[in-house]
Amino acid sequence: MTPVLEVKNLSTHFMTRRGILKAVDDVSFTVGEREIVGLVGESGSGKSITGFSILGLVDPPGRVVSGQILFNGEDLLKMSPGAMRTIRGKRIAMIFQDPMMTLNPVLSVATQMIETVQAHDRVSRTEARARARDALGLVGIPSPEERLDSYPHQFSGGMRQRVAIAIALLHRPDLIIADEPTTALDVTIQSQILFEIKRLAAEFGMALIWISHDLGVVAALADRIMVMYAGRIVEAGQVDGVLTAPRHPYTSGLLSAVPAAVPRGEPLRPIPGFAPSPLSRPSGCAFRDRCARATDICATEPIRSIAADREFRCFHPHLWSAA
Amino acid sequence: MTNPLVEAVPLVEAVDVSRRFSRKLDYAEKIANLFGAGLEEKTVHAVDEVNLAVYPGEVVGLVGESGCGKSTLGRVMAGIMPASGGEVRWKGRPLTSLQGDDKRAMRLSAQMIFQDPMSTLNPRKRVLDIIGEAPKVHGIVKGREMRDYVAALAERVGLDASYLDRYPHQFSGGQRQRIGIARALAVKPKLLVCDESVAALDVSIQAQILNLFMDLRQEFGLTYLFISHDLGVVKHICDRVVVMYLGRVVESATPDELFDNPKHPYTQALIRELPSVTDRRRVFTPIKGEIPSPLHPPAGCHFHPRCPKAFDRCRVERPVLKENAAKVAGRHISACHLNDLAAHQATNATAEPAI
Repeated sequence: MTPVLEVKNLSTHFMTRRGILKAVDDVSFTVGEREIVGLVGESGSGKSITGFSILGLVDPPGRVVSGQILFNGEDLLKMSPGAMRTIRGKRIAMIFQDPMMTLNPVLSVATQMIETVQAHDRVSRTEARARARDALGLVGIPSPEERLDSYPHQFSGGMRQRVAIAIALLHRPDLIIADEPTTALDVTIQSQILFEIKRLAAEFGMALIWISHDLGVVAALADRIMVMYAGRIVEAGQVDGVLTAPRHPYTSGLLSAVPAAVPRGEPLRPIPGFAPSPLSRPSGCAFRDRCARATDICATEPIRSIAADREFRCFHPHLWSAA
Repeated sequence: MTNPLVEAVPLVEAVDVSRRFSRKLDYAEKIANLFGAGLEEKTVHAVDEVNLAVYPGEVVGLVGESGCGKSTLGRVMAGIMPASGGEVRWKGRPLTSLQGDDKRAMRLSAQMIFQDPMSTLNPRKRVLDIIGEAPKVHGIVKGREMRDYVAALAERVGLDASYLDRYPHQFSGGQRQRIGIARALAVKPKLLVCDESVAALDVSIQAQILNLFMDLRQEFGLTYLFISHDLGVVKHICDRVVVMYLGRVVESATPDELFDNPKHPYTQALIRELPSVTDRRRVFTPIKGEIPSPLHPPAGCHFHPRCPKAFDRCRVERPVLKENAAKVAGRHISACHLNDLAAHQATNATAEPAI
């Protein structure tokens, strides 16, 4: 089975006046058919830029400097802008944290959705409108026919995000990249959206990359999880395995920093220190200054260790006896 | 935890506090009304007759979704926004009756820490002045002792004292939040109202700041009103959790009691939908519908349009907060008509031997 997406040694750098900012640094991963992959990390870890790089949305001074992004076997980085346009929004769609980034405030939802349909398919306005209406219905917007003629400001935050998801679904893409789509939403609304997304992904056989800083959300939604730190994927594997038996000290640090990890009232266990500035990352393992297990060897570059459906970049991984 | 019977006087207390925001009619609308347009002022009931007492030394968590009025209640209780109905009492005295020195003392004793430190820190001022200005103006320190005073505070909240001459934009999000905390502490407050103070921070930084809050509580004898949408955080640090929905308190209990034995269907839903790493639940059972607009809140119980257990009475009668039998510990109150049904069933059941 060929994976939907295969990213090989992707590096995206920003050439700033203060030096080269390595936002994404030698990242490799695959997304299988119908697979939901969670990409987690703290702010500045490069998870959003990874998503933008796949869709070719990195603006100067940023540039994808090396690597391959194979989508159904074709390298997106070698594609002409015209060819890329037939993929973007049609075969790969994106959902952003703030739906107002996707929606034009001065156009009705119908106009925007019809435009999206007609951008890729030669269909009549009536048919495009019917497809738009069906898509709104799919994501759980009540009375979609009437709501089509509303403007974005007439929707609540949760409903707006549903509209953004409906637009992403219009062409039944093979892959959706969702960048923190529920972060700004309330718990009960977030739960509704996660429920819908999970159902729709299964129904249409879509693969999903779910970018989030919330381990809890990824735990509930994803099949596989990738943990990013300072531009690199430091650990990846099945959700159950990574969350119950993390190999990389950063992953275990993240897991024990959440309030639920310690009894009530006891001090929390944060990872000491701060993430390094992306302009002045230490050589070797970027986590070593904050890591209790670090030794001298960590000043050299840790290679990717790949073992039985788990990969990590660490010289001193946690060892778990095989249960 | 503070026992209300020992500490009889709450540090700050809201008594039937309401806060309404209304938009006055403009000229065009008034003229239209002369011709019989019948336009009315739009009023948002942000906080609707809420009672809440915070006792000295207590950490009270105020949770709810956006638009439930938790931030407004926090501001009213901190005294930076007047109530439009009811009264706020500071150590038993109504805020409106405080004059002169008493009023100034109260203002200094209640400090707020906000979600986004960048919008509350003057970008053109050095950290030294941001933290040191208020204590200098209020005579807590002399001008020439300010730097030492601020340096000591900065060290205490985990900022390097050599950075005092820098400007806010030169700090990271977590450090800016520490500046906000140091500024609040600089005037020796009794009460800290933290409005989503850790919401924008990464999990590891969030843990650092929460630990700092807890250490400061011991050291300075602080009382907290901790406003958050994150039940996980609130559960961890609070002595008592108050759940709000659309301007009203729906439930209040100790965290253990609330999580083990939630009474209100809304609280139950919030706890059930909380994403968690430890509880890897793969099925979502979301509650239906959206939070109604506070411009036109539903009649009766505000939650009834979304509530799976709503019955006729919920649509007409506002439920009052009633005492529940606490399963774990402490006082447990909730506002739900189901409580009466349960009590009714319980009285019927008492004929049989008690369990």
